[in-house]
Amino acid sequence: MWELIQQNRRKSLVLFFLMGCCLVLLGYLLGAAYLGPNGGMIGISLALIIWLTLSLISFFAGDSIVLGISGAQEVTPDIHPQLFNVVEEMKIAASLPAMPKVYIIDSAAPNAFATGRKPETCAIAVTAGLLARLNRDELQGVVAHETSHVVNRDVLFMTFAGIMLGSIVLISEVFLRGLWYSGGSSRRYRSSSDRGGGQGAAIIAIVAIIFAILAPILAQLLYFAISRRREYLADASAVRLTRYPEGLASALAKIADSDEQLPRANKVTAPLYIVNPLKGEGKKLSDWTSTHPPISERIKILRGMAQGTGYLDYQQSFSLVTGTARLIPASGLKDTTAVPVRIASSESAVKPSEKSLKRGVGDLVRAMNGFLFLTCVCGLKIKIPPDFKQSSLPCPRCHRELQVPAAELATVAVGIEAALAEATYMRKSDGWESFQCACGKNLQLSPAFKESKIVCNSCGKSTTIVGNETK
Amino acid sequence: MAVLLVLLGIIVLVVIWLVGMYNSLVGLRNQVKNAWAQIDVQLKRRHDLIPNLVETAKGYMQHERGTLESVTNARSKAMGADSVGDKAKAEGELSGAISRFMLVVENYPDLKANQNFLALQEELTSTENKIAFSRQAYNDQVLFYNNKIQMFPSSIIAGMFNFQQSDFFELEDKGDREAPKIDFSQK
Repeated sequence: MWELIQQNRRKSLVLFFLMGCCLVLLGYLLGAAYLGPNGGMIGISLALIIWLTLSLISFFAGDSIVLGISGAQEVTPDIHPQLFNVVEEMKIAASLPAMPKVYIIDSAAPNAFATGRKPETCAIAVTAGLLARLNRDELQGVVAHETSHVVNRDVLFMTFAGIMLGSIVLISEVFLRGLWYSGGSSRRYRSSSDRGGGQGAAIIAIVAIIFAILAPILAQLLYFAISRRREYLADASAVRLTRYPEGLASALAKIADSDEQLPRANKVTAPLYIVNPLKGEGKKLSDWTSTHPPISERIKILRGMAQGTGYLDYQQSFSLVTGTARLIPASGLKDTTAVPVRIASSESAVKPSEKSLKRGVGDLVRAMNGFLFLTCVCGLKIKIPPDFKQSSLPCPRCHRELQVPAAELATVAVGIEAALAEATYMRKSDGWESFQCACGKNLQLSPAFKESKIVCNSCGKSTTIVGNETK
Repeated sequence: MAVLLVLLGIIVLVVIWLVGMYNSLVGLRNQVKNAWAQIDVQLKRRHDLIPNLVETAKGYMQHERGTLESVTNARSKAMGADSVGDKAKAEGELSGAISRFMLVVENYPDLKANQNFLALQEELTSTENKIAFSRQAYNDQVLFYNNKIQMFPSSIIAGMFNFQQSDFFELEDKGDREAPKIDFSQK
């Protein structure tokens, strides 16, 4: 597993280095074209300064920028306990040092992404539409994919590669536009100053123009190659974590099915998502110019993994489906321990209707914004906004007067914590026993005591006695 | 003089290497311990959840006394187990009892509609998963550690400072790995 991550890092570094060369060459050529033969160095340093500034900004504020752009909102466990449970499960499976922060994006389009330059400070964001559509196993698959991005350091790497691409595009754009508007004046200046080098300068200028047009395209292709590879690898790691390829496969199928657009995604943040959020564009363009591998192919690979869930199984299925080279380096395949597929979690597989799906999305977003939910006796669910001041209201359907609970969210998660806080004690024998209540007082149990609960007479807390009913 | 210096240099390098090896072994051993503690946390949580679950289900499932009792009994047995082997066996039995209980629950629509029960069920499913995943992480860790102890050259250091191999956390009861069979003849 560690060799895999390392090899993966090394290969990415090579691509990263190539992109760096693109940037340096671009800087040199543009400098030389604008400022004469000695301007090359100035061009290089300018290009590097731009890249460094952008990198530093993204390193220290990238997470909050990305989360801000996507409109993600940090949530507490009581909004969606299942999502938190699933994230914690993946945290355990991937041995992350800390629990990732959990964000929900207010959008009906199903998608998800992860950010965080190191595992200690990562965050996982999912859309409300995703939560409404997927069942437990599918959600687990998606979260595992995102966790894998964090574990494999994809987030860090893709951010830097993205910045590199951005700088290249920025510099060549500025150059080309500058040429368009002020080309005449600079040429006149140069031809009058150095007559001898006029021809050389002209050649450099032409090469610079060609390179300024080609570099962004080249860098983009490299960037896409890195991005697609990382998606496959994250799929492989996700299956290894969950041991259940069908979960991720059917999640991807469901995501592909929806034709909803994520309005706040853009070209820069697109590679972070689990599937390309810019659907309309992705379909038209060919495989070479896409940040994500085609979903149908990803699903086919996952469904082809019948025997096990190790990296070896993914590699076999991968070469079978794509018919091409290897994805996972040999060192990552050394671990040949069979990893069997686990059984699906017991959950009724009811397909939500379009209407209940929309309702689920709406309710989730309302819960995030502090709405209260009241269920009337007639079955109507009433949503009460957080700024509602009255203590009661009539039901819109049956006109019963309903009490509004005083500004507290009646959440189930809190109920569980309370239930857990309620202490239990196991009977060990039929004789006299004593144990300590949570308040510190010693409680005695007589052999004749057959109740299932005992109330402490100093703090009033009740303790469940287990073991009485079996004797 | 030069030969002496070279010899001294080699000795210093070897000592540094030995110290590094020893430290990495200690680090690995601590990681195994930490992984075990993770399992323990989840097992404890499962033990805490079961009485609440049984309490909620009791009112709805009068005819399933046997199922509920087997869960409670498996729980008390698991809480009493000490060694890694015993614990793995008892917890395996508890997992089996819980999954049988969850299958029986499917026959009680009223119970499945109970909000409190649904939340408890989600908690229990999640805890089961967390146990499985922490077990997986623990076993990976143990494999790595045991390999290190057995392989040359770290095996020398391991032998010198008496690093013991760790046990894997395996489910003893083979039956638990398969999905439980459902008997329709009773209905």
